[in-house]
Amino acid sequence: MSLVLSEDQQLLKDSAKAFVDQNAPVSVLRGLRDSKDAQGYDQNLWRQMLELGWAGMAIPEAYGGFEFGYGGLGVVLEESGRTLVSSPLIATVLLGASAINELGSEVQKSELLPKVVSGELLLALAIDEKPHHRPNRIETSAVKAGDGYVLNGCKTFVLDGHIANKLVVVARTSGAIDDETGISLFLVDANADGVSINRSWMVDSRNSAMLSLNDVKIGADALLGAEGNAYPGLTRVLDIGRIGVAAEMLGSMQQAFDITLDYLKQREQFGVLIGSFQGLQHRAAEMYSEIELCKSAVRAALSALDDAEKIDAQIAELASIAKAKLSEVATLVSNEAVQMHGGIGMTDEYDIGFYMKRARVASAFLGDALFHRDRYASLNGF
Amino acid sequence: MQAIAQLEEFRQETRAWLEANCPASMRTPMVDAEVVWGGRKATFVNPESKIWLERMADKGWTTPTWPKEYGGGGLSKEESIILSQEMARINARPPLNSFGISMLGPVLLESGTHEQKMEHIPKIVRGEIRWCQGYSEPGSGSDLASLNTKAVLDGDEYVINGSKVWTSYADKADWIFCLVRTDSEVPKHAGISFILFDMDAPGVTTKPIKLISGMSPFCETFFDNARAKASNLVGGLNNGWAIAKRLLQHERTMISGFGLAGSQGDRGGTTSTMDSVERAAMHYRGDTDKISDPGLRDEIAQFKIDSAAFALTSQRSIEESKQGQGPNATSSMLKNYGCELNKRRYELLLSSLGSQALGWEGEGFANDEIAVTREWLRSKANSIEGGTSEVQLNVIAKRVLGLPDMLSLVQK
Repeated sequence: MSLVLSEDQQLLKDSAKAFVDQNAPVSVLRGLRDSKDAQGYDQNLWRQMLELGWAGMAIPEAYGGFEFGYGGLGVVLEESGRTLVSSPLIATVLLGASAINELGSEVQKSELLPKVVSGELLLALAIDEKPHHRPNRIETSAVKAGDGYVLNGCKTFVLDGHIANKLVVVARTSGAIDDETGISLFLVDANADGVSINRSWMVDSRNSAMLSLNDVKIGADALLGAEGNAYPGLTRVLDIGRIGVAAEMLGSMQQAFDITLDYLKQREQFGVLIGSFQGLQHRAAEMYSEIELCKSAVRAALSALDDAEKIDAQIAELASIAKAKLSEVATLVSNEAVQMHGGIGMTDEYDIGFYMKRARVASAFLGDALFHRDRYASLNGF
Repeated sequence: MQAIAQLEEFRQETRAWLEANCPASMRTPMVDAEVVWGGRKATFVNPESKIWLERMADKGWTTPTWPKEYGGGGLSKEESIILSQEMARINARPPLNSFGISMLGPVLLESGTHEQKMEHIPKIVRGEIRWCQGYSEPGSGSDLASLNTKAVLDGDEYVINGSKVWTSYADKADWIFCLVRTDSEVPKHAGISFILFDMDAPGVTTKPIKLISGMSPFCETFFDNARAKASNLVGGLNNGWAIAKRLLQHERTMISGFGLAGSQGDRGGTTSTMDSVERAAMHYRGDTDKISDPGLRDEIAQFKIDSAAFALTSQRSIEESKQGQGPNATSSMLKNYGCELNKRRYELLLSSLGSQALGWEGEGFANDEIAVTREWLRSKANSIEGGTSEVQLNVIAKRVLGLPDMLSLVQK
């Protein structure tokens, strides 16, 4: 396991940074928000990202991908986090494609993954049903009917739900509401009868939707993984998502910190730069230290995903370390960033508020710090 | 980089040598009383510690990467990593623990003359001389550069007058590496020299300081016309501040190790059954499957996650420094975070043990419970010694983050 980037990863990171700086500054997200863009992402920008191969980064060559690993996808996410890029990278590439890759049959993988790489297919993972992430607490039901199933239930906080062509729906085929067994995954066409999708306007101006399933009839070939036994595979997919989101958060928090540091070196009060005040210096130094820990947690977790010798329990532990730590520090850094900017930090015109809003949504997504500390404790037998 | 085959051969040889030479009791967890510090007054509670030290010192493996010329092991970085892996494989204890190895040696190798290295390095390698550090003074703590112990040249010797405080184990040490003022007419940083002398010299006295923990690891040290050979001034006259700062970086790197589970040394570490905070919490609360207090459980989980992320950061820092050179400004960050983690660990142990962590001595308290109480008190010094946490934060703000230095305005 390496905690420093390989030469290839560093090159990719540099080129991703150059691309994002030039083509996707925060003003792009601001524009999407102000125009209430129906898609909620810049399609032209996404086409360029597809051309750069970002959608196929972690997908095996056999399915049209570039097999550059999660380490590669991680640095792309980190750099796109720096300017809060809104794109299908998380919902389609990180979560949707991983779900198909981890749980799908040979037929499903060969049919769908190349379409992710080319951009023909957008995906969304529908798991949460209540305001808190509790992945084993699934009420949405899938009842066997003839050769297929009938789905009923409601989902919330479905990233990219309103732009996806296919939804990966987590549903219960048996068991009580909290049971890990009895959970199954299904691929559902977004335009199937009984599927209704309503966009949610989130505080971070990124894409999310509510989904309701009313007697949605699907065939047996829509099942992703084994019926009633999808939970271990789903957990791995969620961990991949948590680690990838942590990488994105790392980029965002580093940028928010850099912006703040610059401000401390420019703003004068009482005739001196405010960055000379010890009351601010020590808080900045503490943030720096926490960000360094975050960087290590993210690198370790990404590199574990690419390490075939790592078992799921090790991935789970590293995912929870990363997501707990990043969620905690993203909150700290974004709060401090606004505070240290003073009045200007409260204005919509200034970008720092966007970073705070994104930090909250990303922290809550796939489990906040409390969720992951609880999980870490359970994983370690206390 | 060495050839893989060559390194593999080294691994096999090392494994065989350790199997043949590491005594059985040296493969058991270290106990505080048996830590070997060396020196003229060294005592060996366990006679096998002495055998182990001698065998390792003969190979230079008490200091694996130091040059062979001065008695070190002469190993490459890759070989020394293999050695530590092979030692870890059989749980071999470190044969020698000393400030000579962790602090003085590295700067002497960087900045000493050939003669100085010939005189002092081999004795550090062999554990023959135990060193102490003469830095802080009663009026010079965080503002170390204001130090006032004077050294005046008299023939080929310096005459030293003044006093030091917080000198770790001065009463057990043979020699001291000491910061002295050799010029009072220039700005304070520019008149300091770094000098070595024998603690047995006439005019040197030490007095242990009793701490809140009841232990006395530190001394006051007094110099009354003590004499040091001018040839033992390291790094040039009035150039001591540069040497001092370099040495502090090595010291911080060492102290930051206290935040790493499993590598706790004498400063605030313990090898007792209290190694795992979460097990202690469950044991003392009578819990079986999980810690029944959700608040404590969350705090312990947060602590464990921070410890894991800190350990990964130390590892990353090592990987990064392989591409650069030695400790750098991140050593301040690691020192600070490591110390704060160790303090948190003891606070959590205190919460976990309840009133069993509140005894001082006598009946009703097991030895390892008393040890937790004492180490909890001891741990409070972690963020004071070697530069307070506040000083470390100043260093990060100034050197790493490039924030403007208000103190420089005050000092001018």
